[in-house]
Amino acid sequence: MKLLRQSLMLTLLLIVLCSVIYPLIILGIGRLAPGAGEGQTLTRNGRVVGYARIGQRFQRPEYFNSRPSAVDYNAAGSGGSNKAPSNPEYQALVKARLDTFLLHNPEVKASEVPAELLTASGSGLDPDLSPQGALVQVARIARRRGVDASRLRELVRQQTEGPLLGCLGPARVNVLQLNLALDELAPRPH
Amino acid sequence: MLTQYLGVAVLFLFSVLTAIPLGHYIARVFGNQRTWTDFLAPLERLLYRLSGIDPTRQMNWKQHLQALLTINLVWFVYAFVLLFTQGALPLNPDGNASQSADLAWNTAISFLVNCNIQHYSGESGATYLTQMAVLMFLQFVTAATGIAALAVVFEALRQRTTEQLGNFWFFFVRSITRLLLPLCLLVASVLVFSGTPNTLQGKAEFVSLEGDTVQVSRGPVAAFVAIKELGTNGGGFMGANGAHPLENPTYFTNLVETWAHLIIPFAVVFALGYYLQRRRLAWMIFGTMTAGFLMLLAPTLYFETHGSPTLSSLGVDQALGALEGKEMRIGAVGSAFWGITSTIISVGSVNSMHDSWMPISGAMAQLGMMINAFYGGCGVGVLNFLVYLIIAVFIAGLMVGRTPEFLGKKVEASEVKIAIIIALLHPLLILAGTALATYGYNHDPEGLSGWLANPGAHGFSEMLYEYTSASANNGSGFEGLGDNTPWWNVSIGFVLILARFLPIIGPVAIAGLLARKKLVPESAGTLRTDTGTFAVMILAVIWIIAALAFFPALTLGPLAEHFSL
Repeated sequence: MKLLRQSLMLTLLLIVLCSVIYPLIILGIGRLAPGAGEGQTLTRNGRVVGYARIGQRFQRPEYFNSRPSAVDYNAAGSGGSNKAPSNPEYQALVKARLDTFLLHNPEVKASEVPAELLTASGSGLDPDLSPQGALVQVARIARRRGVDASRLRELVRQQTEGPLLGCLGPARVNVLQLNLALDELAPRPH
Repeated sequence: MLTQYLGVAVLFLFSVLTAIPLGHYIARVFGNQRTWTDFLAPLERLLYRLSGIDPTRQMNWKQHLQALLTINLVWFVYAFVLLFTQGALPLNPDGNASQSADLAWNTAISFLVNCNIQHYSGESGATYLTQMAVLMFLQFVTAATGIAALAVVFEALRQRTTEQLGNFWFFFVRSITRLLLPLCLLVASVLVFSGTPNTLQGKAEFVSLEGDTVQVSRGPVAAFVAIKELGTNGGGFMGANGAHPLENPTYFTNLVETWAHLIIPFAVVFALGYYLQRRRLAWMIFGTMTAGFLMLLAPTLYFETHGSPTLSSLGVDQALGALEGKEMRIGAVGSAFWGITSTIISVGSVNSMHDSWMPISGAMAQLGMMINAFYGGCGVGVLNFLVYLIIAVFIAGLMVGRTPEFLGKKVEASEVKIAIIIALLHPLLILAGTALATYGYNHDPEGLSGWLANPGAHGFSEMLYEYTSASANNGSGFEGLGDNTPWWNVSIGFVLILARFLPIIGPVAIAGLLARKKLVPESAGTLRTDTGTFAVMILAVIWIIAALAFFPALTLGPLAEHFSL
């Protein structure tokens, strides 16, 4: 009985310490962080157009398209496809994605298409592409926007974030930031 | 790809280098020696006084276990009630519903046992109140439970004859105040400055560039993720766990979070060396664990970086490896490294979807959980390793015709019996559970079609993985499994309880029995346990137990799938 009373009381006190005081301290520290701990937003003309870290659906041909998503970029949830490489349905799905991509990008050969454009990410909200994943879409966008492909390649280079400290991890391009810069460079056709 | 490899190599070295001083610190904390965190002593005294605890009262091993089990029972009742009624409680800005009885049973147990298997998604299945006051609370106290149990074993293995093994509350409270909370404050601050939100605001909404209206789930994520990794818990705030760009926004945070789940399991091995003044033994254990870890990591890295056969047949560019279920900011190498560390360490958080891994990689993740002693979870990893060590001491002793001894104590029938029972419990729970589920599925594949996301051998792997993860108290999953059903919620709940508490009770009992034996002075006839030869011996014991028990099941699942590709 004494053990139970001690357990109950200690539990109560630790709830206060670990579940109230600790998160409140982090809440306070978060106020000083970029985005005040509420998530960093990107704005255009004063309007919030997205969260820097949350990928959004880009499927129109005049934008750099983002990766396939198992949750259709609905950020009220998250998740991957959980499809196994041996699944025949999955094999057909990937094949169909490749065919669609090649149809919209006749300038591109299958061997140049990077795997990320055919595969769904883990979160369904992946905000990034590899540099190759963006570059392979340049010819299409140049055609749709009537802008020189070399200027777009330069834009991708500018928007590429290299490995951490120049030597750790992959290089990547944030699709939302890239598309915002793209709209600046060459306004969207109407 | 080179920079990706460099990233994990630097991370591993940094983790070892930081674990050594942290191990020294942990040994001093539990040895009640002076440390720079002594300014926290008044806080601890307040906790003891208000709870009516005398932290200097010595306990024997049975009293330790009584205290441990009593407070765990309190946590279970508390967690179940709150999860079951969360929909009607405050701090629920998104209006999420209460959990069903079987789901609340599963969730309460799963977090109580430091497993964090989740049959719900954090965005919709929990409220801010239950995320913080139930799930995050349990992530602190269950990690501390494991560490405290290990501290009892440390105390018992000091070479002397005694029944007095320190005070459970002392070890438990100090695990939180001196270890988990300070590290969490550090990691959560880094995360919140790197883009992980920490807010009590509900969902945000915006209109995207293409004109879609999108809602974004948020919450006190940074605080949660810090203890999720540091306490080797693994349950995510968001459904996608460490793959979610708000839980793990950059490559840098990925390094920080991987470090966070490595650091305490690494450090407690070195702490053992300092506590018992047996640093060679600590290095032997750490070396054995690392060798086992690399054996699992190497094939995984190979298969994840060489791309998926499904895409190879289409002739596309797979220079960056297999990417289904992976995030571009993390990459194939960072995903494989996290996945293997997370499965051997019983964290079970994921930054890529293991269900979409290549079959052999999936087998390595499962094997890591089946062995469950390479580094292992907070405290309990070393306890599991101790079980294998006792068996290895016994077998090696028989082989060379010497009385088996460990740290100056004779290892006799009752210790070996306990060790064998604990070692065999794990395959029993996994294989019996999988067998029952497979039997059920095959009798009603139409009615249970929602269970499996993939057909054939991989579908079998999904069920095998779930029981393996539960019995290893890991918490990762082949998430294609439709697991929020009464069968999975209830059966997994039972596996979780047995697989948590028996492997704590067993090693504590072994240590308690050893502690009260007479000390046998070491002599030329003593079998040395801190040598390379003995390390090979332990590895052999581990591989024999794991391979014999699990090879048939792995053949039916991942191996069959591999050869069908």
